[in-house]
Amino acid sequence: MKSHLIPAILLTICCNIFFSGIYTVAMLGVAQIAPNQGKGEIVTVNGKYYYENIAQKFTDDKYFWSRPSAVDYNAAGSGGSNKGPTNPDYLAQVQARIDTFLAHNPSVKKSEIPAELVTASGSGQDPNLSPQGAFVQVARIATARNISEEKITSLVNESIEKPLLGLFGTTKVNVLKLNIALDNLK
Amino acid sequence: MNTEIIGVISIYVLTLALAYLLGKYIAKVFSGEKTFLDPVLNPLDNLFFRISKIDPLSEMDWKESLVALLTVNIVWFLFGMLVMMNMGWLPLNPDENPSMPADQAFNTVVSFVSNTNLQHYSGETGVSYLGQLILQLFQFISAGAGMAAAAVVFNAMKERTADKLGNFYNYFIKSCTRILLPLSFIVAIILMFNGTPMTFLGKDQVITMQGDTMNVSRGPAAAMVAIKQLGTNGGGFYGANSSVPFENPNYFTNMIENISIDLIPIALVFALGFYLRRKKLAWMIFGVMTAGYLCLLIPTLSLEMGGNPMIAKMGIDQSSGSMEGKEIRFGPAASAFWAITTTVTSNGSVNSMHDSLTPLSGMFPMLGMQINALYGGVGVGFLNFYIFIIIAVFIAGLMVGRTPEFLGKKVEAKEMKIAMIIFLLHPLLILVFTGLASYIIHLHPEYPWLNNPGYHGFSEMLYEYTSSSANNGSGFEGLGDNTPWWNVTCGIVMLIARFLPIIGPVAIAGILAKKKYIPESSGTLRTDTASFGIMVFAVIVILVALSFFTALALGPLAEYLSM
Repeated sequence: MKSHLIPAILLTICCNIFFSGIYTVAMLGVAQIAPNQGKGEIVTVNGKYYYENIAQKFTDDKYFWSRPSAVDYNAAGSGGSNKGPTNPDYLAQVQARIDTFLAHNPSVKKSEIPAELVTASGSGQDPNLSPQGAFVQVARIATARNISEEKITSLVNESIEKPLLGLFGTTKVNVLKLNIALDNLK
Repeated sequence: MNTEIIGVISIYVLTLALAYLLGKYIAKVFSGEKTFLDPVLNPLDNLFFRISKIDPLSEMDWKESLVALLTVNIVWFLFGMLVMMNMGWLPLNPDENPSMPADQAFNTVVSFVSNTNLQHYSGETGVSYLGQLILQLFQFISAGAGMAAAAVVFNAMKERTADKLGNFYNYFIKSCTRILLPLSFIVAIILMFNGTPMTFLGKDQVITMQGDTMNVSRGPAAAMVAIKQLGTNGGGFYGANSSVPFENPNYFTNMIENISIDLIPIALVFALGFYLRRKKLAWMIFGVMTAGYLCLLIPTLSLEMGGNPMIAKMGIDQSSGSMEGKEIRFGPAASAFWAITTTVTSNGSVNSMHDSLTPLSGMFPMLGMQINALYGGVGVGFLNFYIFIIIAVFIAGLMVGRTPEFLGKKVEAKEMKIAMIIFLLHPLLILVFTGLASYIIHLHPEYPWLNNPGYHGFSEMLYEYTSSSANNGSGFEGLGDNTPWWNVTCGIVMLIARFLPIIGPVAIAGILAKKKYIPESSGTLRTDTASFGIMVFAVIVILVALSFFTALALGPLAEYLSM
């Protein structure tokens, strides 16, 4: 063991310099030509900026709501609810979300609510909804903003992001971008 | 066909195609043949050897290889403890995160040195950027150490009688610089261009559209996320791992990260075939692993896409699948696919919360970890499979009344004893510690350990020790695991479950390599056939089912039946 101790220490120092240091610095260098220089993608609106991929908390009736978040949309402490599928407390919480949603959206039938609107995401920062998740909120927003439902529906339709190359994955909308477009609607 | 299903099938097909090519390359690296990266990497490797005073040409026997492996791991452990317990006042800490207390540092360092990456801290608040960089170092070198151990066993399986099995350091450095490093470069760059941060700036504060104040954690994430996936480490930069939009921004990055999870484990199987020029043997191993993988994958896909029946009962449409703990941009199919891939390999990164999987699809990841050899961790997955081969050779030999032989070497009592001890270690660690923890929580129900009552609470504890012993690192994260009990016991389990299952197979292979080589004849039980593959599969199913059925019956199965 003794004869291996010196090489082991030297090797650790070498690896540390290379895999913690040089590799990271090289990647930082590449990041300078990446979107927003590797500081996270942002959208700028009227001089304010938001992180495009991070969900924001929307509780106002005139905005599309994001999915529920177990960490209250804390982007400096991600997390899911980690509730088991049969946990009675959890199921009561889902029921409460259903009731709240129906109270704010009286024209929506329970069977029209997609599962994602009453379940918390994994990260607590899910920036997306399925198109159905946006459509069920249209009537509420139309009333709150006094804009026709058709206009908002067509806005949602324009915002739909198709699966990758039209082939792989899910169809979705970005809630933040949708709400920005909503504020620009006149 | 459903685009979610097409998505996961393409991930798998792409993984296999890339793994085949990478396997060829790895075989060349392990056998010291020329590769296209030599002009760049030869000088780098030589620099490592020169500074570390290592002669890469001096060969070691199996014992010396293990001594080298263990010595270097002790140095890593001490170094890691030093950093984790002092990072609070060291540089690169813009968010002013604290140092770890001793028990948490012990857990974290063991976890990263053992390639487990069970995280009892959250990346955003629990470590500084310096801490993250040191953990990133361990993600390279613990993976490299596993691959080097596999390379020693590959060498020992050659058709000859030999004592010397190559130089451990040589295998180790080449695994890091020639396999992990180039791939990490590629993956990290792809991630960066899709929105994963790579910066040393701390948290940013923004005002949301509604006027709330919101902090956003950033950091040098892209570099770490790449090696976390490729080295079957799994330790995420952010707390919720690859479900976080910054860590895994879109479906494309999800495909790339998911491919990275099982790329090297599968490539190593092909590499064995090229290295030994025994492609049929490699196909047999690959076939058994894939059959087991599909047995776990297909039901999980179907269950997660089917949704949670308890929520369906409330009148909510479940056609979009069970969405608790999942992200819209991945959907239930890619989440279920990831859950199985990350647990059959010993990766342990997650893109959805396993605690919220429906009961049976929470069981299949556990089974993947309990077998721990369907692809498996980089290097060590093959070593675990090697144990099953030895056991199958022995049983098959007895059944047909022939001396058990594997690749021209007689398998005798000593090797069988080692193989059985290594196999039994895994259920022993998992079941004994789960039992102890269950007893403690029974005595002290006030402990804030369990996030869910009843059977699911038991599953949380069973999953934690299964994950620790499989060196996986995923969790039913509802478990309140940052307490001295969980930090220390999981640390002990990870330590034992990392090193004995490396020592055992290397010892068996080393002992076999020294034995007289008997050329294959018509009397030899062939190990590269489909019928032997079925034998290995049966051995795995019977041993694992006998070991774990009762525990699973108390957790996920009971929860399923109670729905």
